[in-house]
Amino acid sequence: MENLISIGLNSVFVGNILLSYFLGMCSFLAVSRNLQTAAGLGVAVTFVMALTAPVNWLIYRLLLAPGALAWAGFPNLNLSFLKLILFIAQIAAIVQIIEMIIDRYSPALYTALGVYLPLITVNCAILGASLFMVERNYSFAETVVYGAGSGTGWCLAIIAMAAIQKKLRYAKVPTGLQGFGISMIVTGLVAIGFMLFAGVSM
Amino acid sequence: MNGPSAKPWPALKRSLPYKEIVKALWKANPISKQILGICSALAVTVQLETAMVMGAALTLVVAFSSLIVSVMRAGIPRNIRIIVQVAVIATLVIIADEFLRAFMYDVSKQLSVFVGLIITNCIVLGRTEAYAMNNPPFRAFIDGLANGLGYASLLVGVAFFRELLGSGKLLGYPVVPDFFYQAGYVNNGLLVLAPGAFIMIGLFVWLEHTLLEKK
Repeated sequence: MENLISIGLNSVFVGNILLSYFLGMCSFLAVSRNLQTAAGLGVAVTFVMALTAPVNWLIYRLLLAPGALAWAGFPNLNLSFLKLILFIAQIAAIVQIIEMIIDRYSPALYTALGVYLPLITVNCAILGASLFMVERNYSFAETVVYGAGSGTGWCLAIIAMAAIQKKLRYAKVPTGLQGFGISMIVTGLVAIGFMLFAGVSM
Repeated sequence: MNGPSAKPWPALKRSLPYKEIVKALWKANPISKQILGICSALAVTVQLETAMVMGAALTLVVAFSSLIVSVMRAGIPRNIRIIVQVAVIATLVIIADEFLRAFMYDVSKQLSVFVGLIITNCIVLGRTEAYAMNNPPFRAFIDGLANGLGYASLLVGVAFFRELLGSGKLLGYPVVPDFFYQAGYVNNGLLVLAPGAFIMIGLFVWLEHTLLEKK
């Protein structure tokens, strides 16, 4: 249990998938201009990540990992090189399914999130979380916590950024630094803030 | 690109590859001007070597995926074009990943998941979708190559300063002389950490914009 809590805390703060692994930067920069849309995308990413990481874990452990196909009579088979293509296909499929389900059962949520769902397929944070899960040998429970935690961390970061961008409109930024330049430097400062949580342990 | 003999130089300068590459390196750099593909750009820039390998891997993947998509463009139905493109890219990335694992194991350990993440790098899908789907193979190949090089140039630039100022080394060799340290010089530890990458790239973009404005 303690282990799970520390994985969760770490994925939200110190090991934030955006601020310390730089994943999901593209949509982070594109969508952080408006607080409301940023929050919408953040929630959608958290949701998809919490779902895709465990499903990818199952795919990896039951089909791809070395020796995983022993139940089908192929104990020596190692299909792990296929993980990239299967993971991305699985993510695209899940996003599509979620889109259809939300559209069918909650039109209000669909209009709020609908625009962002296709964007999420190419969000590298989602694929990144699945790949980190394989690399760090997480168990199923750890993967569930890690997926949800990473999503929450990404969501927190984009909301913080959107709030800062709002203030930044009244700041006098040198011409060459406007736009992308200042966003990067501000993100750097936010990242320093998130790093302060290093050393907090249970 | 440094032709000492005068004759081929003007011809080269007029050629399509040259123009495309210069454009992608400077005026329309995919990272600093179009804000694409920064996802993986920052994580691999702690050391110069990993940045170079990553830049080379991405350049090859963009160039060849553009080429392949362009060759197949007549046969790809419009509805499923994205998934076809992703499949082409993913295949090339797997090849690059396996290659690195076989021949440059140490570097591939350091790059860890970031080679795999080339699949979701917006530059690659952006070039195949925006350019290769509507242009003949040779042009698409050059376009992919140029954008890959533009990406690699910024990556190597950022990595150069991060490794030099952050750990006093270049390509793993110490370059800051000992008497600097004895005189009280200290490596800037912040540059090795994640925030250093953000700030460094911000400063790079600032410099580039200021230089372009002066012209």
